[in-house]
Parts: sequence; C-alpha cells; structure tokens
Amino acid sequence: MFLLEVDSIRRCFGGLVALDEVSFPVQEGQIKGVIGPNGAGKTTLFHIVSGVLPPDEGEVRLHGRSITGMKPYRIAQLGVSRTFQSLSLFLNMSVIENVMVGRHCRTRQGWVSSALRLPMQQLEERAIRQAALEQLERMGLSGVAHAPVGSLSFGQRRMVELARALVTEPRLLLLDEPASGLNTRETDELAERIRKIRESGVTILLVEHDMSLVMEVCEEIVVLDFGKPIAEGSPAAIRSDPNVIAVYLGGEFDGAAS
Amino acid sequence: MTRKGRTLVPLLLLAGLLVAIQVTVSALDRDVLLDPLVRTAYFSIVVMGLCLVMGHAGQISLGHGAFVAVGGYTSAVLTTTPIPIAHEAGAGAAMKKMGLLLVRQDLYGDSLVTVSPAAAFVLALLLTAAIALLIGWPALRLKGHYLAMATLGFGLIVYRLVLGTEFTGAADGIAGVPPWSLGFGLVVSYSREVRVANYYVAWGLALLILLGLLNVVRSRVGRALQSIHGGELAANTMGINTAGFKLQAFVLSAVLAAGAGSLLTHYNGYIGPSKAGAMESIRYVALVAAGGMGNLWGVLVMSTILNFLSFRGYFGTLDHAVFGGLLIAIVSLAPQGPLQPVAAGIRSLFGYGSHNKREDRKDHVPA
Repeated sequence: MFLLEVDSIRRCFGGLVALDEVSFPVQEGQIKGVIGPNGAGKTTLFHIVSGVLPPDEGEVRLHGRSITGMKPYRIAQLGVSRTFQSLSLFLNMSVIENVMVGRHCRTRQGWVSSALRLPMQQLEERAIRQAALEQLERMGLSGVAHAPVGSLSFGQRRMVELARALVTEPRLLLLDEPASGLNTRETDELAERIRKIRESGVTILLVEHDMSLVMEVCEEIVVLDFGKPIAEGSPAAIRSDPNVIAVYLGGEFDGAAS
Repeated sequence: MTRKGRTLVPLLLLAGLLVAIQVTVSALDRDVLLDPLVRTAYFSIVVMGLCLVMGHAGQISLGHGAFVAVGGYTSAVLTTTPIPIAHEAGAGAAMKKMGLLLVRQDLYGDSLVTVSPAAAFVLALLLTAAIALLIGWPALRLKGHYLAMATLGFGLIVYRLVLGTEFTGAADGIAGVPPWSLGFGLVVSYSREVRVANYYVAWGLALLILLGLLNVVRSRVGRALQSIHGGELAANTMGINTAGFKLQAFVLSAVLAAGAGSLLTHYNGYIGPSKAGAMESIRYVALVAAGGMGNLWGVLVMSTILNFLSFRGYFGTLDHAVFGGLLIAIVSLAPQGPLQPVAAGIRSLFGYGSHNKREDRKDHVPA
C-alpha cells in the first residue's frame, strides 16, 4: 500500500483551474519531488494534502484512508507535517517554544492539569522541552534555543521550522520550497539533512524550485504544468522527457543538473 | 532561579505587600481605603481573564462588561426574587439543607425564601458559559475580528435588556442583594465589620487565579494559544485545534468575568445597568493593553493602580475619557505596555539580567 495517494484532485479558484486531475502515489520511505513553473499549482497541492484547502474533486488518502476535507490539525495528528514556503513561525515566541508547539499533537495535558501543575503535567512538560531541545541540537540550533525567533537569520529560521515539523514525529513530511532563500552552502546542508530525515524513517514530499536540490535528493519526480501532471519518473527520466524540456526546463535545465 | 521560584517568589512578595497595605491602613484607621481595593481585586480577575483571550490567544472581546453583568444580574435576580416554597418541611427543607435556598427576614419581618448565593453563583457561571459558547462557537471558527463584532453586539443587547426589563430593575438596577456567607465566618458583604476579611477573600481569589493563569500560559495550553496568536494557519497544521482552543479560552475568560461580577454584586449589595455598558467593556480592554497585553503581572498591576485611582475619584468626570485616552496612548506609544521598561529595571536589580531576551519580544509572556 502507498503511504499517500493523491487521486484525481481538481481545484479551481474562480475561473482559474489550479489543479486538474492530479494523481500520483507516494511510497513509504521515498523522497518524492513535485516541480513545475510558477503557478503550476504546487503550493495548492500542498495545501490540499495538508488540509488547508479542500479539493473541489478527488481524494487524498493516507495509508488507504481518505483524509479529504479533514481539518489541518487532524491531518497533522495522523502524521502529516509540513513547512511553509514563506516561513510561518510564531514570532511572538522563542525558538524552543516554537518547536515545543510541534509536540502539541503528541501530548495531552489540558487546562486543569496545567493550572494546577499536576505531576503528570510537569513530567510531560519536561518531555516536551527535552524533545524540542534534541531536535534543535540536531539542527545545530541549541545555542539560540531561548532567543526570540525574530532574531534569527533566514536560514536558521528555515531550520527552526523544519525542527518544529519533525518534532511532531511525522510519517510524511511536506517541504514547501525548503531551499528558497538559502545560499548554496545552506542548500547543500539541507540536502544532507533531508536524506538523514528519510533515513530516520520519514517519507518526504518536496516542492521545489531549486533544480539541483530536487535532482540530487529525489528518487521520483512529478512535473506539474498549469495544474496538470505532464510527467512522472526518476530524475534521469524527467531530465530526458521531451515534454518536460519543452514546457519547463528548456536549455537552462541541463546546466543546472550537471 | 527555578521556573517554579520565578512564579512563586513574586507572588509571595505581592501577598506580603497586600498584607502590609492592610496592616498599615488598619493601623491608621483608614479602613475605608480597603473598599476600593476589594472592588479592584474583583475587576482584576475580569481583566486577567481577558488578558488570556487578548494577549495570548489574540482574540478581542468587547463584551466582557456584559459577562460581568450577566454574572452579577443572575446572582442579584436569583437571590432577591422570593420563591413560593415552604422551607420548614418537605422539598423546601431538603433544598435548604443542601444549601440551595437562603432564608432571611424581609423589611416587614416576614420570612423571605430565595435561591442561595452559592447556588446562584453556580447558575450564573453555567449561564455565562452557555452564552459564551453560543457567541464564540460561530465567531471563533472564522479567522479575523468576528469575535470583537459578535461580543460588541452582545454587549449592547445586554445593556438594553437590563435597562429595559422590569425584573432587572430597569434603570434602577437591583438593590438589597444579600451578603454571601462563605463559611468560616467569611462573608462577602460591604459592611464595615467584615471589610478586612473581604479584602483577603477578594485578593486571595485574585492571586489564586493569577497563579493558575500563569501556570496555564507557560504550559502546552498556553503555547497553543500563543501559537494561534502568532499564526493561526501554522498552528492548525501543527496539530492544534485552533477553533477549539480559542473557544475554550474565551469561555473560561467569560466565566471568570461572570464570577467576579457575581461576587462584586454580593459585595456591593447592588448592581445597576452601568455595569453592562459598552464603556465598561472598553475599559477592560484598555486595562489589558495598559498591562502589556499578554503580561498577566502587568495587567494585574495596571488594573489595580488605575482602578484604585478611578474608584477614589481622582479622574472625576473624565473617568471614561482617561481609559479611552490611555488606550490610544498605549497603542501608539508603548504597545508592549508602559511597565515594560520598569519591569526590565526591576529584573536586572534582582539579577535576572538583561541577557534574557524575552523582554524584547512582542506580546511576550514573562517568565
């Protein structure tokens, strides 16, 4: 069984068809990429998988079970976590608090136990802090754990967002243009990190503009153009697909891939 | 200092200060000064609850005055309306034994049976929770300022209702609300003999609620609320039921307001329609802003100072204008509240140090 199945998804905004009959599976343990020119519907696709937007038609299945139309927080509880193209950190909170929010869906202490600081709550709170700290350490950010998130560089913020997504213990991680705004060195580090995340057992679906990153880390790629999938296959197959070259990559692509 | 110490030490200091004030005031035979402080404590409970909704969850309620009124009026109506029931025997006696009924003598010496203050208090809280759910449920499922609009409308309706309804005493309000005997000789009442006790009841309750809320804002629940403030969509995709948490915070805060309103009504022995006025609600909002929005300590301190001055009549006829002006001044000059620089100074005095970057954060939660 596939971990994620996107089945005949269609979504319109007014007269604009953002996604049209988009279908593809994601296998457990895979790193899959979605590429396409601006406006191809990549982010809309992510919004639909993560529950931010409902599709007009079609179905999204996680482990064979439909998650279509579920609220984002339910989908997150089921093990789908995501990052945002334009960062979406909580600027009113510190770095570690941002990451601690990610533990929310794996913890349960509520109003009363918090107000009374019951032993159970104290225990859980310590575990949350510990998990967040470990994740930050992995990202090399433990030194700035207590800094306000606004004081971090853009690249660091991306890593905080990644840490926040990972601390939810996702089965499927959706990365929305994780390399945008990163310099070459940071992008290389990101590629390494993405591989490590996969090794830890997380399946990854990646939307990206940065060709070199996609070609480097993804095992399979779906190409979208004006909301329609025009090709799907290994990086090598995509590279030589005449359709892809014609509508999207053109001559620029060969240079980027080499 | 441990996290626990950082909460408890200032709380104990504040408790010590409150005792010192009472001792000094009583020694100088100026007990009359305790009265505005009692009322201030109750209003601070309202403002702290609103702080949770506004400062932490980032939702604006313009109807907290109405929730205070719902609590106060429910208590006032239930504890002053005679119930035609025999309290000597049968069901009446049983209910009296359970503490549901209050029997007292009316002006003419006849026995008057009403709902007991404790039962009325519980009913007031339940009614308020139901109303808050009803308003909040549709308004908080949406993003944006729908709660502000819904609560503003609700506030105006409540004001017109209590002003125009016979059994709420119309413009006269309801007088003769009985004292509430809490047991252990503690009575919520305006009378001078129990003023010191009332001071401790009111402030004890306010400090307990402060402690509980401080614990909540530093917990998983508090982080959920703050994350909604910081970015509702991101919070939702992180697994937080944003609509649910906003609603829970709003209902809790409405219930706190109603509880304070009920106690205040028993304390004053009276409630009038001005408690439900829109200006009252705006005043609570101004006090939350003055305290630094998400800063429970700041909110408590500013609410105490400003309410005390207001009750002592220092603002005269400009009372409401002072709070309106304050709101404008805070928003334009010091959005983090005027206490921020002061707090930073005090903290560095006590060695918490300025390396603690938390002070620089917008809408920060003090540790």
